[in-house]
Amino acid sequence: MKALVWHGKNDVRVEQVPDPQILNPRDAIVKVTSTAICGSDLHLLDGFIPTMQAGDILGHEFMGEVMEVGTRNHKLKVGDRVVVPFTIACGSCFFCDRQLWSACDNSNPNARMVEELYGYAGSGLFGYSHMMGGYAGGQAQYVRVPYADVGPMKVPDHLADEQVLFLTDIFPTGYMAAENCNIQPGDIVAVWGCGPVGQMAIASALMLGAEKVVAIDRVPARLRMASRLGHVETINFEEDDVFDRLKQLTAGRGPDSCIEAVGLEAHGATLDAYYDRVKAAAFLATDRPTALRQAIHACRKGGTVSIPGVYGGFLDKMPFGAAFGKGLTFKMGQTHVMKYLKPLLDRIDAGEIDPSFVITHRLPIDQAAEAYKTFRDNKDECIKVVLKPH
Amino acid sequence: MESVTDHPERWATAIGGAALVVWGARKLSQEQNPVGALLATTGAGLIWRSGRTDTRTRLAGPRGTIVEESVAINRAPEELYEFWRSLEMLPIVMPQLTSVELVGHRRSHWTAKGPARWPLEWYADVINDIPNELIAWRSVEGSDLVSAGSVHFESRSAGRGTAVRIKLQYDPPGGKLGAAFAWAFGDEPSQVIREGLRRFKALMETGEIPTTEGQPRGSR
Repeated sequence: MKALVWHGKNDVRVEQVPDPQILNPRDAIVKVTSTAICGSDLHLLDGFIPTMQAGDILGHEFMGEVMEVGTRNHKLKVGDRVVVPFTIACGSCFFCDRQLWSACDNSNPNARMVEELYGYAGSGLFGYSHMMGGYAGGQAQYVRVPYADVGPMKVPDHLADEQVLFLTDIFPTGYMAAENCNIQPGDIVAVWGCGPVGQMAIASALMLGAEKVVAIDRVPARLRMASRLGHVETINFEEDDVFDRLKQLTAGRGPDSCIEAVGLEAHGATLDAYYDRVKAAAFLATDRPTALRQAIHACRKGGTVSIPGVYGGFLDKMPFGAAFGKGLTFKMGQTHVMKYLKPLLDRIDAGEIDPSFVITHRLPIDQAAEAYKTFRDNKDECIKVVLKPH
Repeated sequence: MESVTDHPERWATAIGGAALVVWGARKLSQEQNPVGALLATTGAGLIWRSGRTDTRTRLAGPRGTIVEESVAINRAPEELYEFWRSLEMLPIVMPQLTSVELVGHRRSHWTAKGPARWPLEWYADVINDIPNELIAWRSVEGSDLVSAGSVHFESRSAGRGTAVRIKLQYDPPGGKLGAAFAWAFGDEPSQVIREGLRRFKALMETGEIPTTEGQPRGSR
């Protein structure tokens, strides 16, 4: 089959690889009908995530048709049309029992690697380094899905691939980020990063009753997309001072919640951003937390900083005094996708939201390698790429 | 246990050992040169030594090595006890064991892989058995290899499953068999046991052990 394969920093290629097979009794093989490139895939392209190996198949946002099921998978049938969460979860451990799916105890065969770094390991993920399980991803024609009686959800035929594809990651991720803000009537929510997750967070915050959302980015096309979502003000951080503008927009109080949808490769126009670049380039720190610093600084007293942006290692110069002094709440982590699948499918089905609004590019998988770079370099007003493997 | 990093001479031993293993393994695989096996074995011995305060004490000392690890499993103690009681399932969670076979009510025959697939074998007797709580075993009198182990199951309140505690002691008498046993359980026996418990937990909670062995990958 064809698959998008990682070979090293700035080097991904579409090549022929063997077809996947059932390896465990609860597995399924899914024929991928649509798959997307995630902003977090760019961290892999840019070489920021450790324990990648040449030959790894990428991709964790995908859906398709069940081709084959293992002997102990009694939930799925051949021919079922499913969306597959990017987090892999067993469904029967302490954490899955408590809906903390991305903290699953059993799905990461390389948990030991993460334990060395983090103390305890989260769930396995598709196509996201050996530390995260080393599972082959879904930017491919076929994919093996472990514990396929837990994660995949059947989707109704009257909804198109593009309407439900983002249930696999960015919609639940943006939604959980907004839910974590515990939005109250009258709240103003600021969102750093208007990539696909940021867009989903903005739409979700409005859906959950935010009075206004302030969208922060430097890419005009992304800010334009955000402003079409309704009660949205925008800040281009290359033109305006983010803190001052947020203060103006909130009558001097600061946003009630701040969503940081940028993560470890933040760009910034401030002095600390250049400092971070130098340190990361010299491997003195691993992550560049410019947006997170701003979010902490700007958040109102007693507010919440919600972080869907991905971090991997160590942060430098965090304004922890500000966080403590204002009594902030922090919420973060990989999305517990399974918890949100059904409720968000219902919202799509009811016409409350159509997540396909973020799609700017639709391409055959053969063009995936170029698409990564178009997306990374913000060329051609690219915000979200959907690939068709067949 | 003291860390290897506290002592530069142990670092040197470990690095030297690792270099020998790599060199030896390469010779063996690329040149089919049997000297490679010797080099690799010597190297592994050095790595093993580097982590020990005194190799002699470790290989022949009065108590040998004791390893204790625990894990929380989201299942009732009865189910977990059932799996352990027969002992025959142990190779599933401890790949270092080739087989465990019951040969009597209390007696079992154990085989394990040594270096270069050199088989090790010994007999053990169950010396304590409290249903759903505890199983303990010890290698029989006169074995070349002295080892003992126990596994404890403790039910936790409020739906938090069972705390499983495993304790292993092995007391290699020195010589070939002792060194081979040390090889089989590696330089970090606690890590080996931890990984075994992880597989046991996955098997009990999900009915399978997670793997990516055999999945497709691209060219390297």
